[in-house]
Amino acid sequence: MPERVMTEPDLRVTNFAGGITSPNPFWLASAPPTNCGEQIMRAFDAGWGGAVWKTIGAPVTNVTSRYSSIDWMGQRMMGFNNIELISDRPIEVNLREITEVKKRYPAHAVIASLMVESTREAWHEIVARSEDAGADGLELNFGCPHGMSERGMGSAVGQVPEYAEMITAWVKEKARTPVLVKLTPNISDIRAVARAARRGGADGLSAINTINSITGIDLDTLIPRPNVDGKSSHGGYCGPAVKPIALNMAQQVMADADSALPLSGIGGIATWADAAEFILLGCGTVQVCTAAMHYGYRIVEEMSDGLSNWMRSKGFRTIEDFRGLSLNRVTEWKHLNLNYKIVAHIDEQKCIGCDLCHIACWDGAHQCIHLDRVSGPMDGHVELHATPASRESESRESITVTPVTRREREAAFGKHAVGHGPYPTPLARIPRVDETECVGCNLCSCVCPVENCITMVEVPTALPPETWEERTRGTACVAEPQIT
Amino acid sequence: MRYFQSLILYVSHGFDEDLNLSSMFVEDREIRERFAALHAPLTAQAAVAEANRCLNCFDAPCMVACPTHIDVPGFIRRIASDNLRGSARKILESNVLAGSCSRVCPVEVLCEGSCVMHRYDRPPIQIAQLQRHAMDFFHRSGEPLMLQPAAEIGLHVACIGSGPASLACAAELRRQGARVTVLERRALPGGLNTYGVADYKLSTAESLLEVELIRGMGVEFRLNTAVESSAQLAALEAEFDYIFLGVGLGAMQRLNIPGEEAHAIQRMHQTSGVLNALELIAAYKTGHITRLGGKIIVVGAGNTAVDAAVAAKRLGADSVTILYRRAETDVTAFDFEFAHARHEGIEFLWRRLPVAIRTSEDDRILLDTLAVRQGDDGLETVPGSELTLHCDTVIPAIGQSSLMEMLREFSGVVMQQGRVTIDPDTGETSNRKFYAGGDCTNGGREVVDAVADGKRAALGILKAHCAAKEAAHA
Repeated sequence: MPERVMTEPDLRVTNFAGGITSPNPFWLASAPPTNCGEQIMRAFDAGWGGAVWKTIGAPVTNVTSRYSSIDWMGQRMMGFNNIELISDRPIEVNLREITEVKKRYPAHAVIASLMVESTREAWHEIVARSEDAGADGLELNFGCPHGMSERGMGSAVGQVPEYAEMITAWVKEKARTPVLVKLTPNISDIRAVARAARRGGADGLSAINTINSITGIDLDTLIPRPNVDGKSSHGGYCGPAVKPIALNMAQQVMADADSALPLSGIGGIATWADAAEFILLGCGTVQVCTAAMHYGYRIVEEMSDGLSNWMRSKGFRTIEDFRGLSLNRVTEWKHLNLNYKIVAHIDEQKCIGCDLCHIACWDGAHQCIHLDRVSGPMDGHVELHATPASRESESRESITVTPVTRREREAAFGKHAVGHGPYPTPLARIPRVDETECVGCNLCSCVCPVENCITMVEVPTALPPETWEERTRGTACVAEPQIT
Repeated sequence: MRYFQSLILYVSHGFDEDLNLSSMFVEDREIRERFAALHAPLTAQAAVAEANRCLNCFDAPCMVACPTHIDVPGFIRRIASDNLRGSARKILESNVLAGSCSRVCPVEVLCEGSCVMHRYDRPPIQIAQLQRHAMDFFHRSGEPLMLQPAAEIGLHVACIGSGPASLACAAELRRQGARVTVLERRALPGGLNTYGVADYKLSTAESLLEVELIRGMGVEFRLNTAVESSAQLAALEAEFDYIFLGVGLGAMQRLNIPGEEAHAIQRMHQTSGVLNALELIAAYKTGHITRLGGKIIVVGAGNTAVDAAVAAKRLGADSVTILYRRAETDVTAFDFEFAHARHEGIEFLWRRLPVAIRTSEDDRILLDTLAVRQGDDGLETVPGSELTLHCDTVIPAIGQSSLMEMLREFSGVVMQQGRVTIDPDTGETSNRKFYAGGDCTNGGREVVDAVADGKRAALGILKAHCAAKEAAHA
């Protein structure tokens, strides 16, 4: 139980991946917001706890344009895509600025993201120079999915566990600071590379890098975005759209004994709540890029504040108090309780009569939400009910007229309008759940626009918990392949 | 002849095939300025944002509430997905006068009034504005109506009157392969859409554009063609398979008080005297009155009274007062119309009845009134409550009379209480050759009701035609 009076939660990160500290778990990911020292110092002023420097390596030449995005329902940048390469600034300039930043912000985490050609000498050299410049840690960019991969770097390394292990080992031969390996999601099982990094001696991991993507095609010019003089190239996808994928990969890594290392979570984090979710799956820090590119560094203020307030409400004093708490709540499907039953419940007082649950259940689920409160409840076979199409065509054939007189308007819209029952919405438009047929799939509560109008209610089955594994144990129909 | 009927005729009769309606009517610039559209259209970005608010209800209440049952979520979804042509097409499938409906519909008591957002403590989706957005796009495109006629089915129908009911009936019939001829007694087609809707809601030009699109489907228009004699009617019966009556209502009811007839405005540019609301609206919409001064009294408190009062104000009247025999709570205008009148600075004089019209010594108008109170047998005047109002123009707006005289000519078309009796499902009158819809059957409702009526009658006629053909084959 939280105490009545609690001091503000402590957001500090100490000794992450064997030695990195930062005032809070919010780091800027290696990307344009961490391009130079001037930016990073402004970011620290705004409240960011750490920054992973825009990947340092032999300077590149970039193209224009570099970004494209997916808008959704009038909101900008639900998903974001880039084809920008690593830093286009000279290595020595980046390193000089690292020194400057660390001098002015000794308490903040400055991580050098690195990517050089795949030779032991090249890696030894860049590691030594970065650490000499004052970096608190190193992040090996094995994830960049575009451009650099064509040159044998980035995800070209991250997609081959043996390469990843080899280069990690080279780096560890030289490194004195913690070494994080940044993983690419563009691989069938992210754990393969996580395990390789661990074998190579990595102190921690960052995940996920961006996902291979083509965001869309301009339907006027027929040229995919982003348009570089009439051509495009696949880019790396990020932003709010990728968070579920990133969360899954974070869970996969952290739940695997051979992969698990201190993890810096990345992927679609834009709010404190997103960050809390990554931490609940075991991440020690989180990295943000798209949201900062969208709104600027100032968003971190709300993230710190929001996380702090949530921790306070939950009684968590430190990040470690809740880190990983949800990890064991994710399991394989075969361990889920088959005897757990929930059904949808519609709050008639809250229902606004949009009937989206009805059509979703009929067309997209199990045909058990009906519009029969007036015509009389009818459970059982679908064939007994009016189909959605017949209901709509009945409406189209109905004769309605404009209520022009006061009396007509009162009848249509007044308190005692025809068709109104005891609820704000006319009874005929409040759907009814046939609980015997409801499979508890959740779709209706997902589509319902009104908060807490449709809730899923447990129906005791009086049966002891039983998983699929338990149910089929010892039977002939075990279909599970054994992995050795 | 009354002023109302002596408006300049732009064309002698019928259409010149090469002439379209826009060239037949020249907007008066001063009127356009004084009657600028009440609501600014949505910008493209605002339309998409608004469209995205729509929940896309199943069997949507807005669709049910619309008399023409426009698939509102369907057309809104098309706006959200940048498919404006598809949106316009979806709308036009249900309502061929969707452009005017988006401007004149009292959506507060129709689609928008039914929006589930009201129960969600959010403003309803701006359905009318979104519909207007799609229709404006379509009109700007210059494309002909997407409802192109099916193959000829050997059916020829006359629509008498060219208001919304006839236009909707004609469009639907034509779409399904019938030949249609619309007969209009006035110089311009469109009925009340052209002559009777406040210009800040729907301009004459906008109305004519919609008529022109329907004409583009191959509907024939005969303008300046009144059907007044039984001989004319017999000729029509011989020429056409079916006749649709979309004649609307008759002239504005008279006050029936001494001095009314003597002070009636007879000539163009004369503005002192008695001029009823519909005459005033038609006159300014066609550019025959561009200014009105002095003190104006509008008698009546319905939607047309508000339109006339606001028009008088915008035409430059010093003051406009609505005189109503009942109380404020009894006003028959829609709430938003009443609010609009107040917003425009209209004054009100409640519970008073005009009893006589006289000329004052300074050659203005004197309107004698009496107070009215609720008696045992309804309203009664209060003795000794005389009040004489000094004014310049009196505008009666107490409802339209029915077109009894004309309709009596149609043999076998039964009427009740001044309305043509029809089968509501088909629009069929008691004479199987005659169908009817719109104000002449419902006593005066909205444009959208007339469109729904006209379309239903078209389907009724087509059904009867098919049945007759089958019977002939059998």
